[in-house]
Amino acid sequence: MHKNHQISASVILRNHQVIFNGKVIFETAEDLELLAFLKACYQDLEIDYAKFYKMDLLSKLGFIASEYLAKDQKLTPETALILQNSSGSLETDLNYQASISNENAFASPSVFVYTLPNIVLGELSIRQQLQTENAFFISEKFDASFLIVYLQNLFSTNKANAAICGWLDLDKEGYNVFLSLITQDDKGKALTAENLKENYEQFKTRA
Amino acid sequence: MRQKPAVHIIDDEIIAPLGWGTSANIAQIKQRQTAIKKHKISAENFYYAALFEEEELQQNFKKLSFSNAEDFTKLEKLFLLTVHQLLERNPINLEETVLIISTTKGNVELLENAENSIPEKSKLYSLGKTIQKYFNIKNEPITLSNACISGGLGLSVGKRLLEENAYKNALVLGGDVVSKFTRSGFQLLQAMDSEICKPYDKNRKGINLGEAAAGVLLSTEIQNSTIQIVGEAIANDANHISGPSRRGEGLVKAISSALKEAHLESSAIDYISAHGTATLYNDAMEAQAFGRLNLQQKPLTSYKAHYGHTFGGSALIESILSIKSLQQNLLFPSLGCSEIGVEPPLNIQQNLEEKKLKYALKTASGFGGCNFAMIFKNLMYA
Repeated sequence: MHKNHQISASVILRNHQVIFNGKVIFETAEDLELLAFLKACYQDLEIDYAKFYKMDLLSKLGFIASEYLAKDQKLTPETALILQNSSGSLETDLNYQASISNENAFASPSVFVYTLPNIVLGELSIRQQLQTENAFFISEKFDASFLIVYLQNLFSTNKANAAICGWLDLDKEGYNVFLSLITQDDKGKALTAENLKENYEQFKTRA
Repeated sequence: MRQKPAVHIIDDEIIAPLGWGTSANIAQIKQRQTAIKKHKISAENFYYAALFEEEELQQNFKKLSFSNAEDFTKLEKLFLLTVHQLLERNPINLEETVLIISTTKGNVELLENAENSIPEKSKLYSLGKTIQKYFNIKNEPITLSNACISGGLGLSVGKRLLEENAYKNALVLGGDVVSKFTRSGFQLLQAMDSEICKPYDKNRKGINLGEAAAGVLLSTEIQNSTIQIVGEAIANDANHISGPSRRGEGLVKAISSALKEAHLESSAIDYISAHGTATLYNDAMEAQAFGRLNLQQKPLTSYKAHYGHTFGGSALIESILSIKSLQQNLLFPSLGCSEIGVEPPLNIQQNLEEKKLKYALKTASGFGGCNFAMIFKNLMYA
């Protein structure tokens, strides 16, 4: 059904490394704060996008990963965004909760807006001008089989002709990001659950 | 291209402050009732919302054989009751059934007392685990959180999985409860009306909060269904994270794409169950989008002045109500619009009216710039 669709590129953000198609292309010291690591990535990307600074950490993570993913190509507006994680928007939820629990803290509407996991899909849609399917799923573990069935339906019904899919998670323990770009290019790996899972499993520990 | 199996609506359930069970809800709607009331926050602070009476919830929960009430959160109880009702009426094979849960904030109230450890139930996927365990559902549940379109997206996800023959049936649930978390957030956004909300009205001032749960059983194999999902799509505005595109770009795209899948022109639509949150920008955006598609004359309802905005529940509840309109050939009244305040003016359904209906369009839009459209076909239309 989706024989023309390939996993044309993958980006992993783990342990303060950026891994593009299996190679470490940028890294910082592991003891940097996450925000400092993301700002270093932003500088490495040589981009100028003021909205980046307003985003919450989950959106910043998604933004940086997708910038590396789309660095050398223009995405079509018909690129779907289908992401999963296990924590939803928990980090920002906790920040917001702390601000309303503490009488001395300042609760901010702009923090509240980020207490939805799909806000990052909006941020990426705005940046890349993607105007099609979006969905944010919450599951305990990365579920490649589900993604494949879902993408198969989007492509075969012409609701999208490409996709960014993967895992974008952030909690107190840390972050874990894996995004794949699925296109109709002839380069890349076949779009199968096994291949997606295999790409996801790379670089679980720092190389 | 391989023909995809048709996905049918088999049964539905709404549990809301307006009524327990879909029929009770319809009876209330026919009588122009609202569940939105004034609630106290502090001595001088009030807000309008549609909230459950704690006692009624506990009484109903006792009906369940595993009703150890203290083990469950409010939202879990609502979902368990919804699934219980659906499974009692429909003896489906659970081995071939997928559970889909749509919620924006799940059990977020549990974070209130979470000092250092994060309660497992504050993770959204835990809702699925609870339901899976109690009804012995083998397949891994699917949970999604996609702002105000969540309940509608759940139906789309169910349809898509069934079309790919991944399962035979899908139990789609949607719901949220009102917590200090969401209430304070919408207060900060200054997005709440200080009275009952007024969708599409000139003097609309914002939303009311609401809580509810709903469930829909979808199937590709159960016979005797009267409703089929013939088209649906999601589209992003790619414009702003907390405000809609002024011209309704994403909504136009979602509706167009749903019509295309249904092989229909917009003129075929008989009725629209719209989002109609009663915020200035949402309602204005919808009017623009409907106008661009030449849908502005179609009878249109917003149910937000009956239920408040129930977030994860809203698009699912309103889909069920569209289905009831088709099944009963009845247009239900929209509440709160006394003077139209959108351009182009929309044809707000003011009264209960009998009308033969073949196609109903359900739409929703939400934060993150997401838009949802789904078209239901009345198979009994003659």
